[in-house]
Amino acid sequence: MNALEVRGLRVSFEHPLGLVRAVDDVSFNLAPRERFGLVGESGSGKSTMALAIMRMIRPPGHIDGGDVLLGDGNLSDLSGEAMRRARLAGIAMVPQGSMNALNPVMRVGDQVADAMRDHGVQPSDIAALMARVGLPSGTVDKYPHELSGGMKQRVCIAIAICLRPTVIIADEPTSALDVVVQRQVMRTLADVQQDLGAAILLIGHDMGLMAQFVDRLGVMYAGRLVEVAPIAEIVRRPRHPYTELLIASLPSMEQKEPPRGIPGLAPLLRDLPSGCAFHPRCPKAEGRCVTERPEPREVAGGVVVRCHFA
Amino acid sequence: MFRYLKRNPSLAFGIFLMSILAVFLLIGTFRIDPEDARPLSAPALHPPSWDYPFGTDRQGRDLFAAMVVGTPLTLRIGFVAGILGVTIGTVLAFVAGFYRGIVDTAIRGIADIGLTVPGLLILIIIAVSVRGGLTVNQMALVVASLAWLNPTRTIRSQVLTLRERGYVEVARLSGMSGPEIIFFEMIPNLLPYLGATLVSAVSAAILASIGLEVLGLGPLEAPTLGMTLYWVNFNAAIINGWWWWWTAPIVIIVIVFLGLFFMTVGLDEIANPRLRRSI
Amino acid sequence: MRLLYIARRFAVFLLIVWLAASLNFFLPRLSGQDPVRTKLLAEAQLGGYVQAGIEDMVQEYNRKFGLDKPLWRQYVTYVGDTMRLDFNYSIANYPRTVRDLIAEALPWTIGLLGMTTLLSFGIGTLLGALLAWPGAPRWMRYVMPPLWALHAIPFFLLGLILMYLLAFQFQLLPIFGGYSPGAAPGFNVKFILDVMAHATLPALSIILVSTGGWALGMRGMMVTTMGEDYVTFAEAKGLKASTIFLRYCVRNAILPQTTALALALGQILSGAVLVEVIFGYPGIGALLFQAIRENDHFLIQGIVFTVIVALGFTTFILDVLYPWLDPRISYQRS
Repeated sequence: MNALEVRGLRVSFEHPLGLVRAVDDVSFNLAPRERFGLVGESGSGKSTMALAIMRMIRPPGHIDGGDVLLGDGNLSDLSGEAMRRARLAGIAMVPQGSMNALNPVMRVGDQVADAMRDHGVQPSDIAALMARVGLPSGTVDKYPHELSGGMKQRVCIAIAICLRPTVIIADEPTSALDVVVQRQVMRTLADVQQDLGAAILLIGHDMGLMAQFVDRLGVMYAGRLVEVAPIAEIVRRPRHPYTELLIASLPSMEQKEPPRGIPGLAPLLRDLPSGCAFHPRCPKAEGRCVTERPEPREVAGGVVVRCHFA
Repeated sequence: MFRYLKRNPSLAFGIFLMSILAVFLLIGTFRIDPEDARPLSAPALHPPSWDYPFGTDRQGRDLFAAMVVGTPLTLRIGFVAGILGVTIGTVLAFVAGFYRGIVDTAIRGIADIGLTVPGLLILIIIAVSVRGGLTVNQMALVVASLAWLNPTRTIRSQVLTLRERGYVEVARLSGMSGPEIIFFEMIPNLLPYLGATLVSAVSAAILASIGLEVLGLGPLEAPTLGMTLYWVNFNAAIINGWWWWWTAPIVIIVIVFLGLFFMTVGLDEIANPRLRRSI
Repeated sequence: MRLLYIARRFAVFLLIVWLAASLNFFLPRLSGQDPVRTKLLAEAQLGGYVQAGIEDMVQEYNRKFGLDKPLWRQYVTYVGDTMRLDFNYSIANYPRTVRDLIAEALPWTIGLLGMTTLLSFGIGTLLGALLAWPGAPRWMRYVMPPLWALHAIPFFLLGLILMYLLAFQFQLLPIFGGYSPGAAPGFNVKFILDVMAHATLPALSIILVSTGGWALGMRGMMVTTMGEDYVTFAEAKGLKASTIFLRYCVRNAILPQTTALALALGQILSGAVLVEVIFGYPGIGALLFQAIRENDHFLIQGIVFTVIVALGFTTFILDVLYPWLDPRISYQRS
């Protein structure tokens, strides 16, 4: 049984200038204890995906279709109250904590406690929880503005694990941190994940970070999942042209030539190209790509691609 | 322009209300003899009739004439004080916000303290100290003396924000002088905000002047809206049942304030796009 | 640290007090003459309704503020007197002192203003918060437009309308005064009810107009707050809706709302003065009106000074309490 299963998820937003398809028929699975990464450019729909999984999409957005299974339960069938209880206890989110994710007028210890309380658990051992994520015991009584970016991020991790969820979604947890702190936080995240036996969905845009952390990687483009593969495989032999260009654009120590970028701009989600969304920028594009949307195909062990030529 | 008004109902409604007033004043000016606004020009305490559409007051004023003559007076006080206040306020705000330093501290300190104090009381002291009572123009100046406080504060905070914007940096680096930057870069961007502040200041000035007048500190002969209410209070018109005496000024005042209020809300929407409800 | 912050705020308060006294001294003299002395002299010369003691007053005034005294000397005397709360005698009500008159009227105003401000702020803020919350009852949306329209007009205007409708036409409530003529003041139920009946219309005029403003402001703050990241994360934490509403949204939105309250106090007071005048409610406002009518300069100055100081003090208290509400404002910073 998978820890998390996403099947054919579709999310769109109403906009006066057109319908924005933020998530377009996305399916993937997370095995227990697995680390799954989701990369994409800004505006590719990854953060929307995270919110959709937690059923936190608000008007003018709505979930148009698809199912999300947590373990053996279908989240889409749950009532509002049941879904509320599932959040944090079953599936938890670690946001970009160094931004604004913590209530500025409450002590951070209280922000862990109120989560526990609203789930029917007596708050206890919060200091121990802080220590677990590498924070000094005095942190419990501090206000968010008294903490550094890295510390705030750790507090968010502490909140995410306090009820021992089976799935953790980390949405760009280190984007606003410097590299040294980034490494520390990722290590903490890996530690607690091991400890809990939870699966992690890591969302971000830093391929280097993904390569070091995840077991499998999913690549999103224009709201669609264009490739899913084990990390070693995807770096060594990317199948989708977009993934290929992404990997090629990573700077490496041995490379002498300047890094290559990807020509063109990511399309507006409300004005997608017909057929395969990548065709305007794809070096391999042909007539078929303009008219026919590629469906996901398994081309090798564990490698699923949306491309006519993979 | 009309298309925009459809999307900004507040502004449209505000302009609509003020237009009603304008039409009333326009028609009125042609129909009346300004002399009728003076006391003893008509039989006292007549309810509205064909001859006297708004009735007459105890001193024998034709109230219709009084309203037609008095409303522009009240509005004038408001506009003069409001414009003066916003002009002074803008100058001070830019000097303080742009050049910062000790000038900023001084101006901000004065404005903050000035705002803590209830303006009406200061105005009362001023009005009481002037010998022989105030004329309409003097009232405008008296109200203007305090009208700059709020605009200075709000415009200054806008200047502080704008100052950090990229285009100001660019202008500074390309050698534009301070006043040049202020006039050619910042003010054009602040125009909607200045507009909203102006309407707001006019509304506050009218309120202050009416307040002074109701207390009896206004120009005693002028049939301004506030003075009319003063006489209403003085003569206990409500208890005596002379309803027409206070209905007209109250209705006009309500229209003025509602109109200015909705215009302010509408202009705020232009100035701050985040408040917009549609694109 | 904390003491320094309070000391700074207190220094500002003292500055305001000093400014108020100076204002009272210099403004009347700006027209070149001293209206007080003019008034006193005029009174002294009036035949007819002569108040005993005016002669003494004129002499006393000359002794302290005589034209032979240098201006600075007069100023120092004046400030000294004011600091001792000696506002001199009331010209129109001699031999009663200004201080006595103010002391009588002040509790009425504090009672009215205190109650109306608390009620309108409380109800308005709660209403505004609920209006911004998607889960609120639908009928609330219909309450908003009338309140919104109402809050644009001055208090006393609504007062006049209410007076006509409720006191005159329908005779539901008393029209005038603080209590029925002839009623004996005392702490008994009958008197208290009488007072409350008389205070209802003035209070209503203020409450009905103010509530809309607070509701509107709070709704705006709530909308901004609800868009913040920490509210999204609060939902992701699976917190109950009531917890998010109260401890994450309202708790944050109320901060700028409280600042607005501190800033609005002066305006509320100005409006209340006019309301008292209309209803003859025996507070500071009515006293001031009477003083203006009678050209009683000492009384006018005394009232203005008292009010400015009272407001300055209230603002000072609010300033000191604010860091307790918002932990981000440390006592270190100014």
